[in-house]
Amino acid sequence: MKNDGVKIIKTTTWSPGPGCHGGCGILVHVKDDKVIKVEGDPDHPWNQGRLCSRCLSMTQYMYHKDRLTKPLKRVGERGQGKFEQISWDEAFDLIEKKMKQIRQDHGPESMIFHQGTGRDIGGWISMLAYAYGSPNWMFGLSGISCYTPRLMMMSITQGDFAVVDASQWHEKRYDDPVYEIPETVTIWGQNLPATCPDGFFGHWYVDLMKRGTQLMVIDPRCTWIASRAKLWLQLRPGTDAALALGFIHVMIKENLVNMAFIEKWTNAPFLVRTDTPEPILLRETDLAANGKSTNFVAHDPVSNEFIIWDSDDQTYSKKNITPSMDVAFTIPLTDGTRVPVKTVWRMYKENAEEYTPEKVSHITWVPKDKIIQGARMYAKSSPSALHWGLPIDTIPSTIPTSQAVNHLWCLSGNLDNPGGNAIARYAYDVVTYPYHSGGSILSLPPEVAEKRIGINDYGPIKDFRAWAQPDKVLEQIFTKKPYEIKGMWIQTANPLACTGMEPQKWHKAIKQLDFTVCVDLFMTPTAMLCDVILPAATFLEKDSLKAWWVPLQAIKKVVEVDECKSDIEINLELSKRFMADFPYDNTHDLFDSLLKSAGITYQELCDNTWMIPPKGHPSRPYYRHEKGLLRADGKPGFRTPSGKIELFSSWLEKWCLAPMPYHEEPPYSPVSTPDLFKDYPLILTTGRRMGPFFHSEHRQIPWLRAQQKEPVLEIHPDTAQKYGIEHGQKVCVENWLGKITVKALVTPVIHPDIVMAEHGWWFPEKEGAEPSLFGVWDVNVNQLIPMGHEGKGGLGSPIKTMLCKVYKAKG
Amino acid sequence: MSEYAMLIDYEYCSGCKTCEIACNQEYKREAGKLGGVEVQEFIHFLQSGRLYITNIPHFTKACVFCAGRVKKGLKPACVQHCMANVLTFDTLENLKDKIPENRKALLWTKG
Ligand code: SF4
Ligand code: SF4
Ligand code: SF4
Repeated sequence: MKNDGVKIIKTTTWSPGPGCHGGCGILVHVKDDKVIKVEGDPDHPWNQGRLCSRCLSMTQYMYHKDRLTKPLKRVGERGQGKFEQISWDEAFDLIEKKMKQIRQDHGPESMIFHQGTGRDIGGWISMLAYAYGSPNWMFGLSGISCYTPRLMMMSITQGDFAVVDASQWHEKRYDDPVYEIPETVTIWGQNLPATCPDGFFGHWYVDLMKRGTQLMVIDPRCTWIASRAKLWLQLRPGTDAALALGFIHVMIKENLVNMAFIEKWTNAPFLVRTDTPEPILLRETDLAANGKSTNFVAHDPVSNEFIIWDSDDQTYSKKNITPSMDVAFTIPLTDGTRVPVKTVWRMYKENAEEYTPEKVSHITWVPKDKIIQGARMYAKSSPSALHWGLPIDTIPSTIPTSQAVNHLWCLSGNLDNPGGNAIARYAYDVVTYPYHSGGSILSLPPEVAEKRIGINDYGPIKDFRAWAQPDKVLEQIFTKKPYEIKGMWIQTANPLACTGMEPQKWHKAIKQLDFTVCVDLFMTPTAMLCDVILPAATFLEKDSLKAWWVPLQAIKKVVEVDECKSDIEINLELSKRFMADFPYDNTHDLFDSLLKSAGITYQELCDNTWMIPPKGHPSRPYYRHEKGLLRADGKPGFRTPSGKIELFSSWLEKWCLAPMPYHEEPPYSPVSTPDLFKDYPLILTTGRRMGPFFHSEHRQIPWLRAQQKEPVLEIHPDTAQKYGIEHGQKVCVENWLGKITVKALVTPVIHPDIVMAEHGWWFPEKEGAEPSLFGVWDVNVNQLIPMGHEGKGGLGSPIKTMLCKVYKAKG
Repeated sequence: MSEYAMLIDYEYCSGCKTCEIACNQEYKREAGKLGGVEVQEFIHFLQSGRLYITNIPHFTKACVFCAGRVKKGLKPACVQHCMANVLTFDTLENLKDKIPENRKALLWTKG
C-alpha cells in the first residue's frame, strides 16, 4: 500500500474482460476497493509490460453504466425487454425449480448448455451440464469451427498440439541460450497484431521481426504484417489445402523434405492395401491370424522381408533395419490371396503429385512462381515455424486442410525444435478445462452419454470433443427428433450477434423453448430473449487459473462489483443443487484438485502469480519425442495409435474419411456454383479481427468504440468503381439467405473479387426490445451464412467462403 | 538541462492504437476528446507495385510527455504499453545512440 491509498496487485488477464485468450501479467491499481487503473507488468515474461487497448479499458468496462449487476427475471413477453431485479437466492431457486421440472418431464438431455468461445469458463459449463445430467454441452458455432478442427487434426496426426515457439517457455525469452530465432515464420491466415489468439501474444511476431525473422504471409488481404512480409500470397478463401499441397508437391519434387525425420518418426514406411475400395493400412491381422490389429507392416529392403511394427513396444520385429520408403508389392494374406500394397510414402507422393504449381495456381489464384518460392522459403529455412489461424477451421473442408498444413512441419522436421513448431501442453499438465485431463471431473452414465446430439452422425464428434454438434442441435430443436429440446443455458455466448450462423433460426429456436437462462455482463440481443439473466464478474472480480499453454498462472479476485458473480461460482452453486453428492464444496477445492499435477495449491499459485515448468518437465520443449517425454509409457515417439506421426491417418480411416489430405471446393464458389455466382459475383468472407473489439464484445466501451463507430465492408477500389460505390457510402450486402447494410471501406488491401464483412456487430446504444434487438438485424453478416453445411466429419462450415452481391443502399 | 524527446521506430508500428488508449486511461480522458497521440495509417504502392502499409503515431497538442510519470521514474503510459515497443522516451542526448540504423524513424521533441 502506498501512502496515496493505492494498492497494486499482480494478476493475469483472461476472461471476461479483454476478451482474448489472455496471459498478460498486469498490475492492477486499486483504491477504496475500486480498480482505478490497469497496467502491464514489466517483469512478466509474457507481455513484458505491454498491454492491449481492450485491457487498458477495463475501468470503463467494469464500471459501465449498462453493466448487468443484479440477476434479472423476465416479466414481459420474450424479447419485449421487460425484466425485474431479483436476488441471487430467488434466481437460483427459480432456475433449480424450472430445470428440475424439465429434467423430470423430458429427461436431462432436453436441456442444451450453450457456450461461445468459452475461455476459462467453457469447461465449467460442462461441469454444470454433467451435474444436471445432460450430455448436450455445445459450442454454438456451426461446425465447431474454431480451433477444434485444427486441435483434432494435430492430436490425431502427431498426438499433441503444436504452436510456434516464440520463446514463451523461457523466462529470459529471446535471450535464452537454448532458444533459436526462427529464420522464417509463415503466418497462414491471421492478422496477428490485431489479436492474441489461442495462448499466443500477437505482437511476439514484431519482436521476432526485429530480431531477424523473415515472414511469409498467406492471406486474401494485405494486412500490415503482410505488407512487411518477404512474401505475401494472396489466396482465394477456402483453397488453403490446395496451397499446402502445392507446397508439399514442390518440397517432394525438389527434395526439400527431411527424409531422415520422415523415415524415423512418421508412418511413411507402413504398407497400405490398395485392393480395397478406399486404401487402408495393412495390419498384422492381415498377415497372421494371431496378429494384432493395432500393429502395422513395413518392409526391410536388406532381407526383403515384411516386418511388423509393434505399436505397444514401439519397435519393428527386426532390429536395426531401415524400412523401405518408396516401394509397392503384392503380399499374401492369411487366406492365401495376394493383394497389392504400397508404402504410405509412395501413396503420399502420388497424392501430392497431382497438385502441381500450375493446378494449384488455378485453384488458389496465387501465381505459380510464388507457390514455388513459398515452398522453398518455408522448407529451406531453419528453423522454420508456421502459425495458422481460424480460416483453416471456418471452411467445410477443414479436416483435409488442417491435415495438409500440419504436415508441413512434419515433412520439414520442424517439430518440437527451438524456433519451430513446439509441442504445446498445458503448463505442468494442469488443465483448466475440467473435461480433458485424464478424463473429466464428472462423467455421465453411458446410456446418457449416447444421447449426445451428433454422436451417431460423425466420428470426430463421437471420439474427439465432448460437445454436441451445433448444426444438428439446431435442426433437432425444430424437428424434435429423436427427442425434444426444452431448454437452453447460454453462457459466454451471444448467438444472435456472433456465434450463430443464420441467426434468424437461432432467434426462432431460443424463443420457442420452455426455459432459457443467459449469463453475461451486458444486455445483449441474445440475453433479451431469455427468461433469467445472471450478471457475471470480469476477470478482475474472480478467482481462476490459466495453463494455456504456458506459464501456469493465477487469476485473482481483486475487487467486487455490485452483485456480479464469477461464472465458475455460478456453475458450482447450481451443480451442487442439481447433483446431491457433487464432490466439490467451493472453487478453491476445485482449483486445488486441478493443480495436483503441479504439486501446489491454488493459494501457492496465487503467491507466485505465474510459474514456468522447469527444464526437463514434459510440458516444456524440446525434442520430447526423442526423450520419451510424450507417451504415457515413457518410450520415444508420439501419442498416436501407432506412436508415429500418422501422415496416413488411422483415425480418419476409422471414421471413413479420406486418410490423406486433398482439396475440396467450398460449397458455394465460382467453381462449385457457377450459376449462383452470376447473380452473386463476389466472394464474401468475414471474421477479420478488429483491434478495439473482441468478436461481439466491447461495442459499449467508450474509448474502444471511439476508435471504430460502425461496421464496414472492405471492397477494392476497382470493384467499388464498377458498382458505383464510394468510400464511406452505405452499401447493401446481399445473397439468397439475407441482407445487411454497412459502410463501404474502399481499400486496395482486399482482392478485387472478394469483399470482407466484419462480424459480431450490434449497437448497445440502440433500442433493445424487438424487433430492433439493438439493431443486430441491420448489420449481422451471419444472416448471409447458412447452418447445416458442416464438413464431412461434422467440423467446419462455410463462414469465410460465401457469395454475395453489393450495391449502394437507398437513401 | 537535458531535454526529453520521443523516438518512434514507426516501421514496426502495427497500428494497434494501444498507445491512444494508454494515454486516455492515464489522463482519465473522456472518449472522443483529443488524446495525446493519434495513429494514422498510410497505404502506399511502392515503385515495385507492392502494397505497403505504414502507421505513424502522431503526438498532439494534448501530449504532456507524461511529466508526472517520468518524475516517478516510470515510462510514459504509451511507451510502456506500446505493443510493438516502437516508442522510446529519453533525453535527446541518449536517444542519439538509439536511432535505428537501417530504416527511417521519427523524433518528436517537446517543443
Ligand atoms: S489481447 Fe493480448 S495483450 Fe490484450 S490482454 Fe489479451 S493477451 Fe494481453
Ligand atoms: S507521452 Fe504521455 S501524454 Fe504523451 S501521448 Fe504518451 S501517454 Fe499521452
Ligand atoms: S501502441 Fe505502438 S504499435 Fe500500437 S499503434 Fe501505438 S505506437 Fe503503434
